[in-house]
Amino acid sequence: MNAMLNLYTRRRIINAVGLTISVLAMLFGLFWLCWILITLLDKGLPALTPVVFAQMTPPPGSSGGLLNAIAGSLIMTLVGTLIGTPIGILAGTYLAEFGQRGWMAPITRFINDVLLSAPSIVIGLFVYEVYVVRVKHFSGWAGALALSILVIPIVIRTTENMLRLVPSTLREAAAALGAPQWKVINFVTLRAARAGIITGVLLAVARISGETAPLLFTALNNQFWSSNMDQPMANLPVVIFQFAMSPYEDWQKLAWAGALLITVSVLILDILARVLFRQSATTH
Amino acid sequence: MFSHEARLKRQAVFDLLFRSLTRVSAFGVLALLVAIIFSLLVGSMPAIHAFGFGFLASSDWDPVNDKFGALIPIIGTLITSGIALLIAIPVSFGIAIFLTELSPRILRRPLGIAIELLAGIPSIIYGMWGLFVFAPLFADYVEPWLNKHIGTLPYIGPFFSGPPMGIGMLTAGIILAIMVIPFIASVMRDVFDVVPAMLKESAYGLGATTWEVMWQVVLPYTKVGVAGGIMLGLGRALGETMAITFVIGNAHELSKSLLMPGNSISSALANEFTEAVGDLYTSSLIELGLILFFITFVVLSLARYMLYKLGQLEGQAA
Repeated sequence: MNAMLNLYTRRRIINAVGLTISVLAMLFGLFWLCWILITLLDKGLPALTPVVFAQMTPPPGSSGGLLNAIAGSLIMTLVGTLIGTPIGILAGTYLAEFGQRGWMAPITRFINDVLLSAPSIVIGLFVYEVYVVRVKHFSGWAGALALSILVIPIVIRTTENMLRLVPSTLREAAAALGAPQWKVINFVTLRAARAGIITGVLLAVARISGETAPLLFTALNNQFWSSNMDQPMANLPVVIFQFAMSPYEDWQKLAWAGALLITVSVLILDILARVLFRQSATTH
Repeated sequence: MFSHEARLKRQAVFDLLFRSLTRVSAFGVLALLVAIIFSLLVGSMPAIHAFGFGFLASSDWDPVNDKFGALIPIIGTLITSGIALLIAIPVSFGIAIFLTELSPRILRRPLGIAIELLAGIPSIIYGMWGLFVFAPLFADYVEPWLNKHIGTLPYIGPFFSGPPMGIGMLTAGIILAIMVIPFIASVMRDVFDVVPAMLKESAYGLGATTWEVMWQVVLPYTKVGVAGGIMLGLGRALGETMAITFVIGNAHELSKSLLMPGNSISSALANEFTEAVGDLYTSSLIELGLILFFITFVVLSLARYMLYKLGQLEGQAA
């Protein structure tokens, strides 16, 4: 009797210890999130003045803004998304709608999943090799190209997953009405999966808007205003990298302002994507 | 009648066109992979010719005399990722248990999102925060303690002794751990959700505690998926660039102590590539990129294979 009681107590103690540790693990995770966000607000908010949005990046040791970097980031993110999204949606459609037979779909799916988490700096190297070396100068196009390569796998994955959620009765109903397959897919299935696919695009935008590594060797940086995508282009992540590593206080302050801007926009995009996804999931 | 047939035929052409378009896009992914590998190979040819396989084993990094070797960055990458996994695996496991078994239902979603937001924070932010906030505190409080208490121990002591500078391999590893926790935790949570409720309920019915259910029912059932999630986290850690570049110290030196600055493949690339002069220097850096891509490719392939295996298991149970 006593032995059994002991065993029972021991099991309960192990259980309590284990579960306490798991609560602590959860708190550990949240602790870093809060710490990083508080730091960002603490250092970024005072630096985030209207001047940041009105002036160009300054030379060392003087004050200025981030206008050209913000504009460059927006342009390259937009172009990268515009290049990557259609390719991603088409390839995702292939995987979900035509990929039942043959060797190509499983292999593509596998490769895509690997590319999804491939190191982004290698993508930067790749674009440097195939584009920057050919045209012999860094440019906004190269940056957008590198970003688009990061967009494609994310959009493919979500498009395929979302199309698979569309009930096949919907496809069959459209086919029974005599619609050819391209119309079924374009006007019925893709439309039914629209919210989910937009979620994927938003997640992709969130991912690339904070990416620094692929831009280092492609868009480089530009101290001045430039809307010419064939020239090196300023962008927030690289400016933050350069300014944060510099010894100048003005630059570091601007880096914190940029860091706050980027993080807030990325997190808002992330949350927006999730809310949208949830809505689409509940209406189905 | 004739025009009707013509219209049908036209639709068949459209069908074919659309199908080919999607197929070409999907093929583009395969082509992309081949192109990445091919272009990196071509780019690293001068270095491969000059150093051969010795590149992997040499710890030289001397831009002045054009002598390069990959050993130090490779070791740095492996050590920082190893430290990251050592910390991230138990923490992610705890988070996954909390989210699947312990959390009140209302909190489950917001807490899950909070952990995933940790993955959303751009890596450059981790780097800045690491350099300006974490590293100074680490140097002031943690590293002296490590020096005093662990640095004097036999065997493991040398790894933890050295000047408390704040930046170095250990700092990089810890920050990497924070970055990969959300990836591993969310895979673990997803695979834990796959376990049939009946299995867990049977164990509870026999009087098992929550902890025993996790260790003896859920974990054995999902071990392939858990391993897949860990590999996925490892893949992330190996390729992570900006955060490491800020805090690793970028010293091309091999030192026993984890508190000393080191270098990783990705941070060497980020720091030196645009400033590299000379073909051999550039080419050596590209070969580093090729090695990194190869390592992560193998790790991520294993991860996907394991998760796919778990998917099959789930299919059998259904």
